[in-house]
Amino acid sequence: MVPTWHYLMLAAALFTIGVIGVLTRRNFIIILMSLELILNAVNINLVAFSRQLGDVSGQVFAIFIITVAAAEAAVGLGILIALFRNHETVNADEVDLLKG
Amino acid sequence: MNLTVPVFYALSVVAVISALLVITRRNPVHSAIYLIVTLLSVALIYLQLQAEFLAAVQIILYIGGIMVLFLFVIMLVRLDVITRQVAFNQQWLVAAIVSAILLAEMAAVIFLGRGTAPLPAATTESLQPNTEQIGRALFQNYMLPFEIASLLLLVAMVGAVLMARRR
Repeated sequence: MVPTWHYLMLAAALFTIGVIGVLTRRNFIIILMSLELILNAVNINLVAFSRQLGDVSGQVFAIFIITVAAAEAAVGLGILIALFRNHETVNADEVDLLKG
Repeated sequence: MNLTVPVFYALSVVAVISALLVITRRNPVHSAIYLIVTLLSVALIYLQLQAEFLAAVQIILYIGGIMVLFLFVIMLVRLDVITRQVAFNQQWLVAAIVSAILLAEMAAVIFLGRGTAPLPAATTESLQPNTEQIGRALFQNYMLPFEIASLLLLVAMVGAVLMARRR
């Protein structure tokens, strides 16, 4: 049996990769994909603790997180389409509509 | 021969390497394909953790739903322009350093915390039959969050349609 902290280490690595992706990439699509990576890392933690404690609640929370990820992807890609239609760009650092 | 541990390490290595490829590829289609590889390895890790229902949900919803949505949107925007632009912004060095510190801190907390804040001993309590237990938990203890989640999906659907609509 793999110790639970190994799963936590894997989740920490995936989370950090996702954070790097959000902070460094210019392409809005890849920023959204990095967000999916971050949410998946959290899910690994929840499922690992669920097995450790023998309680199914962790898996239920993982299902809720997947729901939120689906909603976030749909809205984010809607914003992306609106952005591309109005500005012909998908680069997050070129969007400065609200800057004075 | 028990293959659980080597299989876990193999899946972890695949997941981390393809996650790194997701954030470094210039072409978003390649990123999406590598993200599918990562999600698939995570689904197999769920299987190892006796979460069969969640593994199936991961494959059907993430890979079959969300990633197809991503690929559709990538198709709609112009790819040839994106692939010739600079992939990273100017703050990439600072971001990489800060994230490395973050990873080191999390790893230290997890590694050192094993001794100072030990988890309760692993229960032998079975999570099987998995789907039945999740269904009972969802419709008994988590009824209200379940309804709120469906409301959230409705709102997200309306919002996505509204924003993507031509005006």
